[in-house]
Amino acid sequence: MSEFEKIEGLTEEEQLDFEAELQEGYADIEDKYAVDTQQGFENVLVVDNIPVIDEGKKQKLVDRLRQLFAKAGAPIEEDDISMPWDDKAATNKGFIFLTYPDAQQAENALRALDGASFGKSTLYVNRFGDIERYANLPVGEGELPTGWREKAFVEKDHLRSWLGDSAGRDQYLTFRDTDVAIWWNGRNGNAEPVKVDGKPLKNSKWGELYLQWSPLGTYLTSLHRVGVALWSGPKLDGPIGVNVLRFTHPGVRLIQYSPCENYLVTWSEDPLENFENHPNAALRETFGPEDEGNVFVVWDIKAQRVLRTFPPEKPVQGEDGPQQMPWPLFKWSPDDAYIAKVNVGTGISVYELPGMGLLDKKSIKIEGVQNFEWCPMSDKDFAARKAGKGKECSFVFWTPEAQNQPARVSIMSIPSRNILRAKNLFNVTDCKFYWQNQGDYLCVKVDRHARKAKSKKATFCNLELFRVREKDYPVEVIEFKDYVPQFAWEPQGNRFAIVSSNDPNYGQGIPGVVVKYNIDFYQLDQKKGDFIAIKHLDGKIANTLVWSPRGRHIALATIGSSQKFDVEFWDLDFVVDERRETSEPGANVTMLASGEHYGITDIAWDPSGRYLATSASAWRQTPEPGYCIWDFKGQQLVHQPQDRFKQFLWRNRPATLLSKDQIKKVRKELKEYSRTFDEEDAAEENRGSAEKLAQRQRDISEWNAWRSRNNKKLSERRSELGKEKKVPIVNHQDDEKVEEIVEELIDETEEVVVG
Amino acid sequence: MKPIILQGHERSLTQIVFNSEGDLLFSASKDSVINAWFTSNGERLGTFGGIKGDGGHNGTVWTVAVDSQTRFLITGAADNTMKLWEIATGKCLFTWEFLTAVKRVAFNEDDDTILSITEQRSGQPSIIRIYKINREEPTLQTTTPITTMTLSGSKATVALWTPLSEYILTGHESGKVAKYDVKSGEEVNYVDDAHKGEITDIQSSPDGTYFITSSKDKTARIFDSETLEEMKVFPTETPLNSACIAPLRPYIILGGGQDAMSVTTTSQRAGKFESRFWHKLFEEEVGRVKGHFGPINTLAVHPQGKAYASGAEDGFVRVHWFDETYFRSRPFGDLEPEVEV
Repeated sequence: MSEFEKIEGLTEEEQLDFEAELQEGYADIEDKYAVDTQQGFENVLVVDNIPVIDEGKKQKLVDRLRQLFAKAGAPIEEDDISMPWDDKAATNKGFIFLTYPDAQQAENALRALDGASFGKSTLYVNRFGDIERYANLPVGEGELPTGWREKAFVEKDHLRSWLGDSAGRDQYLTFRDTDVAIWWNGRNGNAEPVKVDGKPLKNSKWGELYLQWSPLGTYLTSLHRVGVALWSGPKLDGPIGVNVLRFTHPGVRLIQYSPCENYLVTWSEDPLENFENHPNAALRETFGPEDEGNVFVVWDIKAQRVLRTFPPEKPVQGEDGPQQMPWPLFKWSPDDAYIAKVNVGTGISVYELPGMGLLDKKSIKIEGVQNFEWCPMSDKDFAARKAGKGKECSFVFWTPEAQNQPARVSIMSIPSRNILRAKNLFNVTDCKFYWQNQGDYLCVKVDRHARKAKSKKATFCNLELFRVREKDYPVEVIEFKDYVPQFAWEPQGNRFAIVSSNDPNYGQGIPGVVVKYNIDFYQLDQKKGDFIAIKHLDGKIANTLVWSPRGRHIALATIGSSQKFDVEFWDLDFVVDERRETSEPGANVTMLASGEHYGITDIAWDPSGRYLATSASAWRQTPEPGYCIWDFKGQQLVHQPQDRFKQFLWRNRPATLLSKDQIKKVRKELKEYSRTFDEEDAAEENRGSAEKLAQRQRDISEWNAWRSRNNKKLSERRSELGKEKKVPIVNHQDDEKVEEIVEELIDETEEVVVG
Repeated sequence: MKPIILQGHERSLTQIVFNSEGDLLFSASKDSVINAWFTSNGERLGTFGGIKGDGGHNGTVWTVAVDSQTRFLITGAADNTMKLWEIATGKCLFTWEFLTAVKRVAFNEDDDTILSITEQRSGQPSIIRIYKINREEPTLQTTTPITTMTLSGSKATVALWTPLSEYILTGHESGKVAKYDVKSGEEVNYVDDAHKGEITDIQSSPDGTYFITSSKDKTARIFDSETLEEMKVFPTETPLNSACIAPLRPYIILGGGQDAMSVTTTSQRAGKFESRFWHKLFEEEVGRVKGHFGPINTLAVHPQGKAYASGAEDGFVRVHWFDETYFRSRPFGDLEPEVEV
């Protein structure tokens, strides 16, 4: 349809000419008077997300906005606010223009106002020029802007394929010298290499520095001098950017995953340089000039990009020289929503993800704060969160004694910053936090010194036990007269174990002295609601507690001693007769077995809690590097002393996908299941030994064939040379008897004859 | 398996050998004396040297070899001499003099030829010499070797005759294993990286068709004497000083331990001073024998496979007669290779 009205008296042709002429003319005029939005509007901002109101509230809104802007440090006159109006709906259009006196002021206002919250909404502020520019990008639907490359879509290999093993076996990794191998942990210690297309998984790149599994086992992480690589999928290999992710960070030494595997923190001793003109494109593209001098990098794993970098921490001066940098320095909330860092003495900085901006734009000021720890979330909490009615995250922190103010432990919720519970403490040297892994209980281990002691060296210890799920967070205090070097909650349980020592040699580090420890088990008394001691073990040499991830079983190990290398396996619910209920708590705490792993340096349960691995790493100066695997009963299944052995790592597992009911059903029908499993196990055992047998038979027949070949050659050559085979003259020693005459003095009497 | 402990050396052992009947054991030591022992009860038969003026060695005796008739003994020592002894009388019959220490000697199977390796030192290269032995007039020996092999590369540390005395097999400091033609003195075959460290011992199988080497690289390996092809590898976690192949049963015995220098700083267990038994074919360890409180320097096995002996840095020799269970036990079930004697 023609835009122009038909003019009377013109032929069709003339009409067309006229229209064309007009159009041309307009185009010229439009070109001539077009507004260049990129120039002359530097002082104009556009504010989006303004509440939509009607005429009556307009003045009020403008006043409120002006108040907010003034408070944020960017005051503006009423006349400089222009609010576009939608006449049809009789409301505003949801955005306003701000005209500042000059570009500099507008720029400041942009920084101050962008992201500010106004009532329930968050304001988005942009330069006027930018809006025009981006709105007019010459890009059609489905097109890419110029200079952009389209990446072909490559499908990822399944990230969790290892969980589909029909026998439900766990994987583990062994790292010896420069060789990394990955194994299936079969029944009774039968290790089978993890194979792809019939070949064992192998990658010469893995053995450069050290390795780590991600918290849910998805990625194998290898550290290299130039950065970190994440390997996933059934092959733990694949195209870069798909199943292999690379994060360039020169000199990276330590890494930390977020609990849900969305983010990664890397730390390098060497500050980042200015890579602007670096020959390595990856470095140039990854880091900007503002990252120069920083040592911490927070990455988004899936997007493979830097979220934010941080400068090095100032070293904290301890009593004897600068203290070691605590690691992890950054602590993740259990849901990956926040990452936080303590600024010792001044406060805690909480950053929101994925923007990595400070929560509410400022750190939480806490005078004197020393340390903090996030509260873990249970499966129920996660489910509640999904349903939209979960609790907030929270963390516990402590502040030491200051003038006229006692030391204090507090629990704060985030993002509301409410103090949920606080407790005053006295004569505190140090506090350590232990959350039960479901977030049900919190133990604050308070190292205390005598009231009037001059030095603040800790000589005894309090356990402050918070019951977090109950109303008002009731606290129970257990006092100890001794050092308590170790504390451990039973996972998913309501018991804990502690190691304490009153041995005067403790902490002296005297070589050749075996320090004696006491080990105590405590349990929550459900009726009374407090914790009671259920078992006391005296004079133990074990100094390390390792609970099975499923609870109930615990291994006590002696690590770091030069003489003792014991590992003890305990069961807290050992019942011979299931029907007979024992009333006494702690009566069922039984040692199942004890063993020894000479030179042990590390200990870890597998994710199922069925097996325990002890390893001796050459990195830690052990007399005999290698590893052992035990079952939970304490039977040694594998003993592999290996020269230059470095690392043993179980592959982590994500939480089970079965619902509570399904688990219950499995429990109920355990007998049925176990029958099939027993059959499978028996079949497996037969097959395994059959394979081994066949291999050995092959070995023997090869050996025999080789020997007969060689012997034949030798005898041929012998006869060629005219020699005869020498048969050593053996006078049958079996018949020969070596007789020994032994004279024995039976009795000797001495008589003195007096003449 | 109660050991017989032979106490008679004041310093550490360097090499021990059984005679072909296995009733005598000869031990060489750093105290410059060679002892002869009855293996059945550990009684000392006599010594070679040790008394002034009897022509004994004057320095560490590095090596000892006995002929198949137990008539003559050859020894090499750090006093740059090699000596021929009459076993029956303990007399020194002849002395060869060199410019450097003698590190290894060996009789061939016909007892009429010997080899000697001299140390590479003060500008002198490592040399392997082959001598004819005059068995009729033992005091009249020639000092002119029939073959001289001057080694230009890494020095040889140990050597062995092949069954027909046509070749000798050598183990080198670099970890190389080589094969030399006795007549021409030429290197006919070699494996450069047979081991990653110094080769400390080389011993033959009962029939000589294969041999075992031990090395500081913590492994022992079995090679084909003909082709030098590696047949088996036995990785341990300690530097090895000696290895031998047991007749009758399919086992090999390995010995070693932490270096003598750092022994005093570690406990007995940390030093790993045990003899280790490995299955020759399956490359799996089957057992250990404890006892020494210093690294094992030398191992020897009874020629009929009835006993073995170990000599260590601690100055003791321990002779172990295998008991009944050793011959009866089948750790891998009924799978057994053909018996070798």
